[in-house]
Amino acid sequence: MQSRLLSAPWTRPAVRAATPRAGRVAVFGGTHGNELSGVALVGMWVKDGAEIQRSGVATTPFIANPRAVERCARYVDTDLNRAFTAENLSALSGDELPYEVRRAQEINRLFGPKGTADAYDVIFDLHNTTSNMGCTLILESSSDHFVLQMVRHVQKACAPAGCSVLLNEHPLLKYSTSRSVAKHPIGLEVGPQPQGVLRSNIFESMRLILKHALDFIELFNCGVEFPACSVDVFRVLERVDYPRDANGNITAMVHPHLQDCDWEPLSSGDPMFQTFDGRTIEYQGPGPVYPAFINEAAYYEKQQAFVTTRRETLSACAVRKLQ
Amino acid sequence: MNVVSLPTLSRVALCGGTHGNELSGIYLVRERLRRREKGAEAEPFALVTVMSNPRAVQQCRRYTETDLNRCFTEATLSTPVSDGTPYEILRARELNALLGPKGSPEAVDLVCDLHNTTANMGLCFISYSDCDWICLHIYRHLQREMATIPVRYVHFDLPIGEAYSLESVGKHGFAMEVGPQSHAVVRSNVYMAMKEGVQLMLDWIRLFNSGSISFEGGPVELYTKVKTIDYPRDSESHHISAAIHPELQDRDFCLLHPGDPVFLTFSGETLRYRGKEPLYPFFVNEGAYYEKGIALSLARRRRLSIPSIQSERR
Repeated sequence: MQSRLLSAPWTRPAVRAATPRAGRVAVFGGTHGNELSGVALVGMWVKDGAEIQRSGVATTPFIANPRAVERCARYVDTDLNRAFTAENLSALSGDELPYEVRRAQEINRLFGPKGTADAYDVIFDLHNTTSNMGCTLILESSSDHFVLQMVRHVQKACAPAGCSVLLNEHPLLKYSTSRSVAKHPIGLEVGPQPQGVLRSNIFESMRLILKHALDFIELFNCGVEFPACSVDVFRVLERVDYPRDANGNITAMVHPHLQDCDWEPLSSGDPMFQTFDGRTIEYQGPGPVYPAFINEAAYYEKQQAFVTTRRETLSACAVRKLQ
Repeated sequence: MNVVSLPTLSRVALCGGTHGNELSGIYLVRERLRRREKGAEAEPFALVTVMSNPRAVQQCRRYTETDLNRCFTEATLSTPVSDGTPYEILRARELNALLGPKGSPEAVDLVCDLHNTTANMGLCFISYSDCDWICLHIYRHLQREMATIPVRYVHFDLPIGEAYSLESVGKHGFAMEVGPQSHAVVRSNVYMAMKEGVQLMLDWIRLFNSGSISFEGGPVELYTKVKTIDYPRDSESHHISAAIHPELQDRDFCLLHPGDPVFLTFSGETLRYRGKEPLYPFFVNEGAYYEKGIALSLARRRRLSIPSIQSERR
């Protein structure tokens, strides 16, 4: 089937082969093997995928990093969710490559190739965070109107429960995710949940968001028009690391007043870190900024205590599948 | 009232990083070692500060080959080693030589082993004894002095030879377990609570050793472990098929009655507690216990009377 955006000339329509074919959607769990909501949901849907099927679209549940899932570790050799660089995807395959690089190449074959007309239309990548971010959708482009309309639909369907939107278009901080293989990548990040733990409320929240997103795709494929709208997002600005000593060990913790305050304004002079002997280190910088990924376990080794963001309103043009 | 006279605690061990991803204890040990190097305050009793599993700490994993905190049974400590012996078993023997030998007169007087849990347990003493007056008095002292966090005592009823964890190496010993904290994360409130607990313990030991006062006995409450319950699992894959029910999640030490919800399956069914006796849940949804087949543990609450004690030094 064709799915092209009804658009003003500046938007780039999704390119399709002339022959009508079913839209292809994938749901990735276990990109990080210790983020258990996605592992459990996808594991369940691999056995019985009825819940994620919608008319007019084939939805594939897929465990992205099975070896990491088996060990209940984030990764085996290297972070799969950073591995989809052009360099890795074109590297000569061989046993000496890290496991996740080989896996990235395989995923690229199955769901890509990244950047081509044959790639999957949509990949949802299910993640958990130890941060108190609630339900968050992560976008990689501010000009993907199809995704922006999906986000708007999900937010309305979730209301009054909130669903934040994180936009990472930062040239240096943006990274090559497993979902980036698809034409429309969407990250679902739900927290707080410890690594290696499955919390029922977090599991059900993620399940519900994905349901709303798949409902959107079904409505879109049926020809429903989604009128122009605006979407409030948090755009990633910069990464803030912990204070560290000469050996690289952290010398302070996220301050109790900042802990769990994802998405709340942080202004110059506000408490940011607390040293091990109780001294406060304040945030100094232009503000207010809106921190996210506060005290995410996996980011200690990536030199990140939190990211700062700024609020922005994106415009999405009207979207309708072309008949 | 009878006052029990006990030997002074002349050698005490403070251990962190027995699990390499339980960060409060790791940072606390690191900080104390760093301050010691800079020549900060010396202890009046010999305090050994130990990073138990440095390899796991370096990798920020619970363990590298096998759980160090299951390696201290008398059987494991005395099995001959070979080329294939896992790192943690070798390390357990090193720690036994350093702090023990377990069961001998040379063993340190007290081991305090620092842990974190993903369960909402506050600060818990975990011990194999319900009649170790030193541990019970320290517990009562923390319970009285700590305002920010509930303090409880959990008793595992095992004979010392079968006791498998590090604190069983000392003449007296307990694990200080603080949660909830995700593994591989340090939360400032949890760190500060553990730091305060350790300082209160050291203050108590100093006062006890001085022999200047006796510590009055009285009633204490503790929880004795009865059993554990595993997750429902798929019969083929053995993967879990339910999560801890939202009405039980974070409700450690809230009495669980027969018929109360325990699990919510992925297909939406509530599974209820089928035991006959109401019991107190703890270690509810501890991340490290999925592989040990434990979704929650259950205990009976008991009240004991502890005697007044004083140090023999007097």
